[in-house]
Amino acid sequence: MSVTYIDAIREAQEKLLREDDRVFLYGQDIATFGGAFKATKGLAEKFPNRVFDAPISEDAMIGMAVGAAIEGMRPIIEMQFADFSSVAFNQIVNQAATHFYRTGMPIPLTVRLPSGGTPGSGPFHSQSMEGIYAQYPGLVVLTPATVSDAYHMLLDGVALDDPVIYCEHKFLYRWLKAKSINGDHLPIGQARITRPGKHATVVAYSAMVHEAVRAADRLVQDGWEIEVVDLRSVKPLDLDTILASVARTGRLLAVGEAFPWGGVTAEIVARVTEEGFHLLDAPPQRLNARDTPVPYHPKLWAAHRPTPESICEALRKLLSF
Amino acid sequence: MLRGRILENKLSSLYKAGKIVGGVYLGRGQEAVSATLGTALIQGTDFFAPLIRDQAGRTAFGEPLIDCTRTYLGSVKGPMRGRDGNIHRGRPDLGMPAMISHLGAQVSVVAGMLFAKRLQGTLAGRVGATCIGDGATSTGAFHEGLNLAAIERLPLVVVVANNQFAYSTPNDRQFACADLVEKARGYGVGGFSVDGTDMLACVSVIGEAVRRAREGGGPQMVVARLLRLSGHGEHDDGSYVPAEARVDHYGQDCIEVAMQQLIENHFATAEEIVAWQDQIADEVQRAVAQAQQEPVPDPYQEDWTALSTRFPLDQPISQPIFS
Repeated sequence: MSVTYIDAIREAQEKLLREDDRVFLYGQDIATFGGAFKATKGLAEKFPNRVFDAPISEDAMIGMAVGAAIEGMRPIIEMQFADFSSVAFNQIVNQAATHFYRTGMPIPLTVRLPSGGTPGSGPFHSQSMEGIYAQYPGLVVLTPATVSDAYHMLLDGVALDDPVIYCEHKFLYRWLKAKSINGDHLPIGQARITRPGKHATVVAYSAMVHEAVRAADRLVQDGWEIEVVDLRSVKPLDLDTILASVARTGRLLAVGEAFPWGGVTAEIVARVTEEGFHLLDAPPQRLNARDTPVPYHPKLWAAHRPTPESICEALRKLLSF
Repeated sequence: MLRGRILENKLSSLYKAGKIVGGVYLGRGQEAVSATLGTALIQGTDFFAPLIRDQAGRTAFGEPLIDCTRTYLGSVKGPMRGRDGNIHRGRPDLGMPAMISHLGAQVSVVAGMLFAKRLQGTLAGRVGATCIGDGATSTGAFHEGLNLAAIERLPLVVVVANNQFAYSTPNDRQFACADLVEKARGYGVGGFSVDGTDMLACVSVIGEAVRRAREGGGPQMVVARLLRLSGHGEHDDGSYVPAEARVDHYGQDCIEVAMQQLIENHFATAEEIVAWQDQIADEVQRAVAQAQQEPVPDPYQEDWTALSTRFPLDQPISQPIFS
């Protein structure tokens, strides 16, 4: 019996609906249809009047959730694709994210963003928005990479009083399986050493953790032991775990699937350079998607995002410095 | 209405004397519409999301004058504690959310407040209202929010103050329909038109819209026609408003109309109104004086965090304070 990443997301929502009257689900096609990815399959039947289809109005979906949160609810909003959250950007970054700072009242809402690329999805169904949301004060940005994290971080995220951007990777939905939903259950804000090593540190999150582990596996044959750090949440950022790893290895490669200008990997490199310059034996490196829209064709797409091959190449360069 | 006008006249003076940092946005000419709505709502039961020209409505809904003066003058004791200013203030815990500058955005927020009450089983008898201008009817947020409220058949009242100019842009560059109230029909919501310079007409029409929403009639939209009798903000002299607009019917001052209506209908005497003005001027003076004496925020005392949650491992990005 195995559990997939999307099973974990569905299970977490079911548990939340069962145990917390304040939780309701709102999103496009999520009620009877069960969601574009079936993350809410069967929940509308089990929990009548708790799971609602939304009109194609991403801005109003978040505005509505903010209002509901003001009045004591804990809405979970499913964006059909992370890409479409750009339509809700104003309500997310200006309404939800500023609310606690301005008024002293926190806004406990969770926005689920089906994120990242899959073959053939093209420019508008593939984006990784975590860096954009992390840039704005007032948001917690979660990027689970494992089945257990998908489950526990959704539960823990909904329990937070602040707005949470929960980036779930579409590529992991059915591909990633685990024997059990229960893992080590680290708290939000703590990174995990997914794979210990001593020659270089790869800091990654979401699907890129798995690509980094694959790259690390390949480099074993050359005698390299690569440490892979899974950030789990990009905001808050667990700089301590990153710095401790870099202290062991002396080398840093930050890998992300988002566009290369700025973003999470740039933040990691900047923070490590500021706080741990003395720990570095080589210039810190980063690897991201290319600076173009996400292409449709699988051949272009595979060359657009970081892959085990490109991560290996970046690591070899880093190790040869 | 009078409280709003007298308070705002004082704010204008303070701004011109350089005592207020940032913008000052007045509701001059819109008091009848705004105060009527605020009066029709019940604080503690209803929700009210005011916009920039709703000082009169805020006061009528129950916002104390001191909330206004503290926010404009940056007192740390105000609801926004110097973190936001002027009309960007609210008491969400008292059913009055704090507006953001992005127009139309409060429509769906009020819808969400009402939706929460439905889920909690306490919606009956409650109304949520928000005000917007003619300019905000052009936003996607307005469309999305009103459409959502209509789908859910929520007791939402949207009052559109068509003051003929969005900042400097006239109606003919803002919308092409003959009358904004036509939009109500498109959304499947109740539509009302009213002369926004006529207090008694506002009491009747806005009161009816609120009553219908409260009684389960779904969302209602009221379009009030009037003229903004100030600039967009006090930095703006409104010189783009043509002279003929100022002298036409909708250019009349709703406060003067209201006073006349009160006297003609024997609701009050001219002497009583003068006494009210004196009393309010005194209240305003005290609210200003109190806020002026209060401490302003101290950057060294700020916690500089935008989250209510503390994450033990999170290290805030440290930035020195130069002040």
